[in-house]
Amino acid sequence: MIKNRLTWKIGGKAGEGIMATGMIFSQSCSCGGLHIYDINEYPSLIKGGHNTLQVRVEDREIFSQVKGVNILIALNKETILLHKDELVDGGGIIYDSSEVIDDKEMRKNIRFYPIPLNDIIKEIGAQAIMKNNVALGASIALIDYDFGIVGEVIRDNFKRKGDKIIDENTRSAKAGYDFIKKNFKNDFEYGLEKTGKPGRMLLTGNDAICMGAIRAGCKFYSAYPMTPASSILHFMAAQERRFNIVVKHTEDEISAINMAIGAGFTGARAMCGTSGGGFCLMSEGYGLAGMLEVPIVIVMSMRPGPSTGMPTWSEQGDLKFVLNASQGDFPRPVLVPGDIEESFYLTGEAFNIAEKYQTPVIVLSDKNLAESHKTTEKFDEKKIAIDRGSFASPDDLAASSDTTFFKRYKYTENGISPRTIPGMKKGIYTGASDEHDEEGNIREDADIRIKMMQKRGRKMMALSKELKQPELAGPNGADITIIAAGSTKGPIKEAMILIEKEGFKVNYLQIVYLNPFPSEKVAKVIESAKKTVVVENNFSGQLADIIKEKTGRDVNKRVLKYDGRPFYPEEIVTAIKEVAHG
Amino acid sequence: MVNMTVLNTIDKPNWCPGCGDFGILVALKGAVVELNIEQENIVLVSGIGCSGKLPHWIRTYGLHGIHGRALPVASAVKLANNELTVFAVGGDGDGYGIGMCHFIHAMRRNIDMTYIVHNNMIYGLTTGQTSPTSEKGMRTKSTPSGVIEVPVNPIALAISTGATFVARSFAGDVKHLQKTIVDAVKHRGFSLVDVFQQCVSFNHVNTYDWYKQRVYDLSTAGHDPADKLKAFTKSQEWGDHIPVGVFYKVLQPTYEDELPQIKDKPLVKQPIDNIDIGGLMDDFV
Repeated sequence: MIKNRLTWKIGGKAGEGIMATGMIFSQSCSCGGLHIYDINEYPSLIKGGHNTLQVRVEDREIFSQVKGVNILIALNKETILLHKDELVDGGGIIYDSSEVIDDKEMRKNIRFYPIPLNDIIKEIGAQAIMKNNVALGASIALIDYDFGIVGEVIRDNFKRKGDKIIDENTRSAKAGYDFIKKNFKNDFEYGLEKTGKPGRMLLTGNDAICMGAIRAGCKFYSAYPMTPASSILHFMAAQERRFNIVVKHTEDEISAINMAIGAGFTGARAMCGTSGGGFCLMSEGYGLAGMLEVPIVIVMSMRPGPSTGMPTWSEQGDLKFVLNASQGDFPRPVLVPGDIEESFYLTGEAFNIAEKYQTPVIVLSDKNLAESHKTTEKFDEKKIAIDRGSFASPDDLAASSDTTFFKRYKYTENGISPRTIPGMKKGIYTGASDEHDEEGNIREDADIRIKMMQKRGRKMMALSKELKQPELAGPNGADITIIAAGSTKGPIKEAMILIEKEGFKVNYLQIVYLNPFPSEKVAKVIESAKKTVVVENNFSGQLADIIKEKTGRDVNKRVLKYDGRPFYPEEIVTAIKEVAHG
Repeated sequence: MVNMTVLNTIDKPNWCPGCGDFGILVALKGAVVELNIEQENIVLVSGIGCSGKLPHWIRTYGLHGIHGRALPVASAVKLANNELTVFAVGGDGDGYGIGMCHFIHAMRRNIDMTYIVHNNMIYGLTTGQTSPTSEKGMRTKSTPSGVIEVPVNPIALAISTGATFVARSFAGDVKHLQKTIVDAVKHRGFSLVDVFQQCVSFNHVNTYDWYKQRVYDLSTAGHDPADKLKAFTKSQEWGDHIPVGVFYKVLQPTYEDELPQIKDKPLVKQPIDNIDIGGLMDDFV
């Protein structure tokens, strides 16, 4: 039996509670000290359609999904037909025995575990929705995992709903467990057992962004619901009274960003969040924040476009969009977390950069990172320390005139001017979306325009000196150097593990700061690499284009995927081998 | 003490000579002095248009933002620091055209702030196109054959949408306007002050005289602003006699009243130095 290395998958119609059942499985593994990485697939509808949740479990830290499913819970026949070929040899399908399975449709070398889900439910007097739990329990028996842990997780998850619900859920799962133990031989080839220490968090990238924001003192969050950013709104709203945050579901994204600007102008740390379509609406406000020099953080969580695109799927097709959205040049730092830890720490950093450099900062994520769960060690919250930047000193204020506005946009060497907020005596000014002088008065004089553009521009130069340069991960003198940004980090790390076993030397440069772009470092890496490939989830190779623009250098190969699905490590391995041999 | 002089700015208004905006600025300054609110505790948020420049010509905190978006900015200023006195100013195009969606939702929220709309029934800064309050049939650069739509009725809209103080005034009667603004600020909740204002350059129909001949004060006509249905009836009056004054006024809990997060202290005054998320992380274990 292969222990502690498997992928468990559940599929069925939307609205059947698949995600909830999957979470019980994931949490049960996490509570047993195992590591999890999950990935959900679902259509943009509420009832019906086809949903899946795929959970990879191992006893080492894992960074992405992999090919090959060991155990498939099929809550309908469609799941079997769609996913049977994903099963590894020796893998098993748990399904409702009332489904008629036509053998001709099936593949070889897998096992079938028909279970009379409806009969079991009736027998134990549970509701029909509990079928999932019966199947879950059956899968636990098959992989010979400790049912006690599952019971604890169910108890924990439903404690607010009362004993009756806990009991019904537990009995259903146990009935499925018992059915397998009683009716099938204990010879399934894949299993799980408790190991190591539990105590890790099980969370998504969006959860981590919210935790980072809360730790960084975010006091105002405004958003309009849009997948895959909606769960940030839900998280922040659920925590608003615990952490004294005002969370506003606004009438649209235009209002969301303008509200964040209002709160940021007034001195509260403010954030708004959306996906590409909503960011289209935010574009004008994005430039306003740049012009007013108001600190805000914008979470932009990508999904496939153009237009509505594929709302519940993943892509990295908005890299150029965020770098070019809104009219005119203004300082626009863009931070791209590659995993859940970075989602936390970079969000904290985004708030500091926003206030220090008095400009809007984008945290660029995607559905794959936003919604996939991973077991993660608790964050070191001390690593997010608050830096509120340069507020006007009492001396600055005392020196200001009683008849003019405060020099809120004072020309300085690094472009950062002393900031005042409403309520500060003698700090009075009017911020203008029009070009303005040091006091915010509207000015169209050529020399003022030039000075003010340069002042704002210098902030970006100062920031680029402060940011950490990207580091090559992996062996020196590699045959192939991968350059990538964002959520491709997970599958790339897994691919590097796989390919090392095949004798290839591959290293990886992760771009964390898309703007200001680490041009020198990237140029140097391309220069000294034997072969370079970019790996990105979009159609045209936007990161490769940006690299070309910023460094004047081409990479050898663009490995692109734009079907809405994230990369699997195996796909990256194949692509790398092609480049290596080519 | 706040006085008219300290509110003055070095830059002087560059509105057209004879523009109704001057009356609005004078009345607003007069209201601030009368209310004796410290300058640094006032925030004036504007959008784009001739009205949008107003915050540059009164020494309080100001944010001259983008077209139609003054209300969301102003709303969040208030939510971030509910000790401030917050105004939004805009024009009929800014507030009832491009910003209409925010107008409706801001009223629904009843955040304690005052919204002053410079309503001249035309687009001024873009040189004379139709506005949402232009009358049917009015010929403008963008409607050379006459406006086809019926105009927006901001007063009726406000009464029906949740504004808790709904008034109209006239820039040609600074005394009335100042009193209306004072009452609007004193009112706890969202106050709309729609201000009739002549555009001397582009609206040659709805002139100073046009307004002057038509307006009459509701307060002298025995109107009871507590009566929502009567207020609605009054909002329908148009033609030879047009009412100004307070149409409707009701006390309702404000949006801020419903937020325990800011009951003790405004958001901006809450410490953020070392927020403990240990318990939050435990929730995910």
